[in-house]
Amino acid sequence: MKGELLIKNVRLLDSRGEHGKADVLIGEGKILSLEGGDAASVLDAGGLMLTPGLCDPHAHLREPGQEVKEELATGLLAALRGGYTDVVCMPNTTPPVDTPEAVMALIEKARGLGYARLYPSAALTQGQEGKLLTEARLLKEAGAIMLTDDGRTNEDAGVLALGLAYAASWGLVVSVHAEDAGLRRGGVMNEGPLSYRLGLPGNPAAAEAARIARDLEIVRYVMPGAKAQKPSILLHVQHLSTRRGLELIRQARAEGLPVGAEVTPHHLTLTDEALESLDPIYKVAPPLRTQADIEALIAGLLEGSIDCIGTDHAPHTQAEKEQDLLRAPFGIANIEVAWPLLYTELVLKRGFPLPTLLERFTDGARRVLGLPLIRLETGAEASLMLFDPASERAVNPAEFASKARFSPWAGWKLQGWPVMTLVEGRVAWTHERLGVGA
Amino acid sequence: MGTGVMETHTHSAEQPKHLLDFQGWNRAHIESLFETAKMMQEVLSRPVKKVPALTGFTVATVFFEPSTRTRLSFELAARRMSADVLSFSGATSSMSKGESYKDTLLTLDAMGIDAYVIRVDAAGVPHQAARWLGKPIINAGDGWRAHPTQALLDAFSLLERLGSLEGRKIAIVGDILHSRVARSNAELLPMLGAEVWLCGPATLLPGELPRVRLTTDLREALHDADAVMALRLQKERMDRGLLPSEPEYIAGYQITHERLGWAKPEAPLLHPGPMNRDLELEGTLAESPRSLVERQVANGQAVRMAVLYHLLVGRKG
Repeated sequence: MKGELLIKNVRLLDSRGEHGKADVLIGEGKILSLEGGDAASVLDAGGLMLTPGLCDPHAHLREPGQEVKEELATGLLAALRGGYTDVVCMPNTTPPVDTPEAVMALIEKARGLGYARLYPSAALTQGQEGKLLTEARLLKEAGAIMLTDDGRTNEDAGVLALGLAYAASWGLVVSVHAEDAGLRRGGVMNEGPLSYRLGLPGNPAAAEAARIARDLEIVRYVMPGAKAQKPSILLHVQHLSTRRGLELIRQARAEGLPVGAEVTPHHLTLTDEALESLDPIYKVAPPLRTQADIEALIAGLLEGSIDCIGTDHAPHTQAEKEQDLLRAPFGIANIEVAWPLLYTELVLKRGFPLPTLLERFTDGARRVLGLPLIRLETGAEASLMLFDPASERAVNPAEFASKARFSPWAGWKLQGWPVMTLVEGRVAWTHERLGVGA
Repeated sequence: MGTGVMETHTHSAEQPKHLLDFQGWNRAHIESLFETAKMMQEVLSRPVKKVPALTGFTVATVFFEPSTRTRLSFELAARRMSADVLSFSGATSSMSKGESYKDTLLTLDAMGIDAYVIRVDAAGVPHQAARWLGKPIINAGDGWRAHPTQALLDAFSLLERLGSLEGRKIAIVGDILHSRVARSNAELLPMLGAEVWLCGPATLLPGELPRVRLTTDLREALHDADAVMALRLQKERMDRGLLPSEPEYIAGYQITHERLGWAKPEAPLLHPGPMNRDLELEGTLAESPRSLVERQVANGQAVRMAVLYHLLVGRKG
């Protein structure tokens, strides 16, 4: 058998577990063999781990209109460097992505770049104004994978009910930024002893829990009528941050409600105590919570109440983040560090099972989005990540491809850094030091 | 006062470089600062109210949020010690053209500033400034968070009247949630031995604060108090729906002659100013013999002189 690329001496890992060493032959965009073969080029991976490419259901790539923060060229390259082959971008741009033409333009541009594959989400309502529904059928035909008014909250329950029912009829999942705007008011950090002491407006856990409870009721209400190409998940709850929110999701799933949930790398690794520094780099929505919330979220991720890791990669300019805590925008850029961060903090430090973490970065997200799963077997699509489980490297934001070259994790020593990302059999990105190996 | 008096004064080596809040400050630092403030009071009682202590130093007052009283108090304090003063006001400068805090501060720094006095409407900017600049930063009020020189002058005035704060009950009444004065006093006064009670409407109280008591019950807060402080009520609280009306506040929380009777007979009354007459305080209470309001303003200058001296000169000693 003749292939294009032979990656020798890799350890295979997918969501089912580790499958030992292999020589992976790649050609025609697929895995041709796990037992070697002839290839135009050969790479000895020296025992690095090969996995399906990561999939991010939630990134802000800022095109169109906010290219000062990020653009497809930087965001999708950053994704590749993070091991991602598939990325969903959010529609809260300028203007919001709410037309089929805008969706097609993004897909076209991303295709030309040849970095990670882009799956745009589109606005649930026109202009993300929370009033009139967008053209779900036409948006889906144009390539939209999800509808969301993320960036804003869905204040009108009636509009969300209509949107859920209508999107479901065309097989589209709706994702929500579940925070009650009235309860969070002007909150810039978790409400609790620290916000009281620091004199910063607090955003209570109740803002998330109350909104999730309402949205789950809306799903129960809409469910019986959701017909036709009903997606396996009707409502996807973004960036879960609280123990109470998780409990509500867990209970809903036990009832069999078609509800999905994601959690971000920052809500799993940072607490509100970071705000003691009064540095707006830690300002994010929903806010960083407490260690008790982190423990609950990790348990939820392990048991599967949380389907996947969504980065909520939210780049801003350094000047924007150097405003004061009241005025600086919400958001943390993290797509380049998500995998090594959680590999180090969860797998290495806490013994979280590696195949499960990988599942939440790959199959979990693809299931929410209705994308085909990738298995490391002959005939599978060769969209893959090669990562180094052993070498330790400190996070150095100056090297980021993202335009947001600062990070809450700057200086953290991490293992598990991606060294190569393949998209449909093509080497889309390689770390310059590949070959040194583990 | 000759400069020699001040130069023989010794300071704890660990005195923090900045006055952002009272993190890192201990009772010994505060007591040493108050010793200096007493010397400054003596300077202020002279016909010629000026000493050369800060000759050659330049102090910048950087007010991103306007405040005439606090700015004048700091500038006069600096000038009375012969410092040069550079006055920057965000409302009338390049800030209104969109220049960032950081660029503004770095521009000033290039002019050779030795210490910064910063007032801003958002919590944390003095901390950010401390990260960006290598010079002492004095927080002159940041959002709802801290106003340490106000708390220092309150404590200094209370000590003057009461002798000691050990075991003394101090009641602070009003919009606690949004008050940097309350937060700084809640940090400082317990450090000096006082028992602090914070009292206000339920919608204007934080959930909890360390080392102080919180209550919505005014009688409980004032009962047997050794001192009472009323806070300024911002009228915008009514616009945001946190309070139904002014009469509602007055009915529940105005300090009146009658309610002051719940406190100890001689308990002094404080107010950080500026005052809404007939809202926080009944009628002429501010002019009654129990009022420390004028002492607070006078002491503010001595305390701010001491703070500038300790941060600019003292910490080298």
